[in-house]
Parts: sequence; structure tokens; C-alpha cells
Amino acid sequence: MAKTYKRPESLYDVATHYCAGCGHGILHRIVAEVIDELAVREKTIAVAPVGCAVIAYDYWKFDCAESAHGRALAVATAIKRVGPDKVVFTYQGDGDLAAIGTAETIHAANRGENLTVIFVNNAVYGMTGGQMAPTTLLSQKTATTPLGRDAKLAGYPLRISEMLALLDGVYSAERTSLSNPKEVLNTKRAIKQAFENQIQNKGFSIVEVLSMCPTYWDKTPQESVRWIEEVMSQYFKLGKLK
Amino acid sequence: MKKKILMSGNEAMGEAAIAAGCRFYAGYPITPQNELTAYMAQELPRRGGIFIQSESELAAINMVFGASASGVRSMTSSSSPGISLKQEGISYISGAQLPAVIINVMRAGPGLGNIWPAQSDYFQATKGGGHGDYRLIVLAPASVQESYDLTMLAFSLSDRYRIASMILSDGLLGQMMEPLELCDPDRPVEKIDKPWALTGASGRKPNIVQSLYIRLGDVEKHNLALQKNYRRIASKEVRFEGKFLDDAKLVVVAYGSMSRIAGAVVEELRKQGKKIGLFRPVTLWPFPTEELEELSKKVKKFLAIEMSYGQMVEDVRLAVGKGVKVDFYGRSGGGVPTEKQIEREILKALNSKR
Repeated sequence: MAKTYKRPESLYDVATHYCAGCGHGILHRIVAEVIDELAVREKTIAVAPVGCAVIAYDYWKFDCAESAHGRALAVATAIKRVGPDKVVFTYQGDGDLAAIGTAETIHAANRGENLTVIFVNNAVYGMTGGQMAPTTLLSQKTATTPLGRDAKLAGYPLRISEMLALLDGVYSAERTSLSNPKEVLNTKRAIKQAFENQIQNKGFSIVEVLSMCPTYWDKTPQESVRWIEEVMSQYFKLGKLK
Repeated sequence: MKKKILMSGNEAMGEAAIAAGCRFYAGYPITPQNELTAYMAQELPRRGGIFIQSESELAAINMVFGASASGVRSMTSSSSPGISLKQEGISYISGAQLPAVIINVMRAGPGLGNIWPAQSDYFQATKGGGHGDYRLIVLAPASVQESYDLTMLAFSLSDRYRIASMILSDGLLGQMMEPLELCDPDRPVEKIDKPWALTGASGRKPNIVQSLYIRLGDVEKHNLALQKNYRRIASKEVRFEGKFLDDAKLVVVAYGSMSRIAGAVVEELRKQGKKIGLFRPVTLWPFPTEELEELSKKVKKFLAIEMSYGQMVEDVRLAVGKGVKVDFYGRSGGGVPTEKQIEREILKALNSKR
């Protein structure tokens, strides 16, 4: 019988440290499958963020640099500029990409760096214990918005992908989610496209992926995927932004 | 063939970097080092390198992190307030054991201070401006020629020891022009193997550039390895210059452009028969501690002169033996000690009872 589903070569055969129902495991696998399918594992360099995915290199079987919080796109810019034949991507959370790293994000995008950006939006800081993220929804309760996010005090959830889509330097921007199998496959398609864009020297491509954090949403995994579909994706609309 | 040209200190450091094989530079505008950034913008791309004007000092140092992680000789430069902003990246570079060259053309502080020369970043450079137990190799040139030579040396030391090196220049040295002898353009650039670099995991296991060691005990092990490297550097790479030390009754200790001015006064006083010597640390880290300790066995009076309110003098006091008097004279905030002021301070220290 033919084997139709196997572990990607780009993924180590180890258990991840992620919580039950977390989206990172799915997304790591998607990235590994895409790298395998494009046959670029041996020239791929990942830049891991500060956040839950900081030890992504324990799961991915290709070269990887850690970066300081928010600086992933500065690090990736240089790696790609000195190695234009390499396939370079960043994998960043919402705090990393859209709060502490906002300047690095906007300027790497504006320079049109030929990079692939995988932006994991789960509306919360996971690693540090569930604090408010720039993408936390209004009235969403977190460790630092115990009464729910109040726009008067903490501003609005940041749609940074829409902002980036306005920049001339950005080639493509798309928002997907991990909330059901169909969307998982769609996320894989978008990520593969974003890597192909880089390989074809098209320029800066970002895929924002709405991902579950049951632990800090205080929800079950089932409630979490439903929350993405019924609440989160109402504010962060899925689809091609550019 | 070697060529002699007239050049500013800032440009000389840029030229040295390119001659040393630097192929990546990122910088952000700040006075008084802008000539260096402009030089790199003009020269680096046409000599096979990458120049990026970054959106911030943070981005610049993290770009250097990325280029260096790829195995490429890389550099950034700034002046005091900008160097403060780079400290995060310097700590990460140190944690990840990446080579890098960072140039600080010091100006007066604290805060925005002004754009005039100062030496008040000595503590920051030599005692660790960022978080964690790390060291930088800190080189202090005293001329345009030395700005060139020490920048080239910095790339070599950084690669050999996998450590960041800082050139501690100042607004005076950076701006002034002097004759400069360039190295032979045809000489081969030193190549140091970097099996740890991120070049794509082709035919080998993946390489990871990291400073996070999440399991308990691993950071301690990592720190012990770093400390071992620092001890190795401290035992091998101390550099200094001494003048008129054999029969000196008083030794002036000064580095960088301050040593040029103090040196001129020392020479003048020697002509008058006063037994004054000059000790000039070239490496501020590793500091020539043992050499000063040895010297203090026969010289009982020292005078440290700095464009600060007393930073290097602490290392001088730690180095010399008991019963040795270390005086200090300094100005900072843009004021440069004049020859007259230095002469007055030297004579005061020389004639003091003990």
C-alpha cells in the first residue's frame, strides 16, 4: 500500500512543547511540508522569534537563527541580502511582529525585502502568560486587561497586515486561519505561494495566520476554533489583502 | 604597492573595514560619525558588499547579527546615544558568539549631550553596556593611521575568538584628517573557517545561532565557555604603548586622542628634564593590568587623564600596587583638556608630597 501521509523530512520526529489545542504544531508542519515540496531544505534559513515558537529549531530540520524580540525582520533582511540564493523566512507572533517589532516589520516591508513572513496572530502573548497583544480584541480578557480590552485605555486591535498591504514594497499579503481542515489547507496554499514568491524574486510576502491559544483564551480547543470563526475572523477578515 | 593618502578618521575606519573583507554594513545617521556611513554607502556596494541605511540603531545592530550569523564580516558604527540603543543587539551577538565590529565615535553625554568629543563611554564599552556576563574587545586608536590599523585588527580578532570588537574613537579622531598609509590592495584577505555559520544545511546537520539555553544549568555551562574564551583573550591580546618609562618618576595614563595631547606635553616636559612617562592602553579590554602593576613596582605616582570624569582611572587604580598614588584629571561634556591644563596637573602631581 502506498504511504500517503508521512512526517516531512524538514520536521524532526519529536514531541513539541506546545499546549493542547495550540496552532503552532500545525503551522510548523505546514512550513516543513512546503519546504520539502519546494525542495529547498538545504538552503533554507529560518529566523525564530521571541515568544512561544522561540525553539522552533528543535522541530525544524534546517538552519535557524534566533533573534531578539521584534528584530526578526532586521536579522532576516541581512541574511537574505548576503545570501540572495537562500530561502529566508521569519516566523513571528503578534507581540513580536506588531508591537515591539513594528518598526522592523514596516521598514523591511517598505524596502521590499525578498522575504517570506509567517505571522502567527493568536491575539495574546502566550509565552509570558497571556497578556494583551496588539491584536487582542476589544473586550477580550487577558492578564493585563482583566476587565476586557477597553479601546479608551488600550487602543484598538491592530490590523497590521492591512497596513502593510498599503506599502509599495509589499508584493503579497494574505490572512488565513487554522480553525478547520479546509482553512488549514488554504493556509498551506498561501504559505507555499509566499515561498514561491521569494524563490521567484517577487519580494516581500506576508501570511497572517489566525491561530488558537486555548490556554490563554480560557477556552477548550473546540471553543477556540469556534471563537476564531465566529469572533476573531469577523474583525480580522480572512482573504487576500494584496 | 602601498599608497599614502589624506583621510579623516571616520573614513579611514570605513576603508579599513572594506580592506579587511567587511561585506556588510548597516548604520543610522548620527553626528560625529556620518562620514563613515556615507563612505560605506559609496564604497561598499561597488566593492562587492551590502550597505543598508537602517530605520534605527536597533535594526542596524540586528542586521549585523544576521549578516554575521551568515558568516560574513560585518560592521556597524554610531556615536554614543546610538551605541546605547545598540546594547540589546550587542548582548545577543555576545550570547550567540558572533563576530562583529562596532565603531563608537564618542560624543558628550549623558542623554543627547552634544556632538563634541568625549571619552565618557569607557564604562559602557569595557564593563558591558548590555545585560549579561559578556566582554567586548575594545580597541582605542590614537591617530587616523591607528583608526585604520585597529579596525583591520578588530575584524581579525573578532573572527578568531568569535567575539564582538568595539573601536572606541571620538569626535576629535573621527573628524580630523591625517596622512594614512593604506595596506597593499593585492594582499589576500584573511579567511577564517566558520563551520557554525548559517549557510543552509546542505550535507551537514542544521546550524543554530542562539543565545537561549532553556534547560536549567545550560546557560551556566554556556557562560563558563564564554569566560574561558575571555580569559584566553585577556592572556594573549593585551596591547599598549609606553614612552619614557625607564626612569619615570610620574607616569601619565591616557588613551585615544587624549593620549596625543598628553603625549605632546610629556615630550615637552622631558625636554625640560622632568622625568615624566606616558602609558597608553591600546586595548581597553583586555586592559593592560599586569603591565601597569609591574610598572607600579618602580613608579609610585600615576596621573590618569581622560575626557570623562574618571572612568579608565578605576582600572588604573585596580592595577597598581598598594602605596601607589593615582591622581586624575578630566573634562567631559565637549571640553578637551588643553596642553596648559595638562602641564599644570602633571606638575601638581609630580610635586605633591606623596
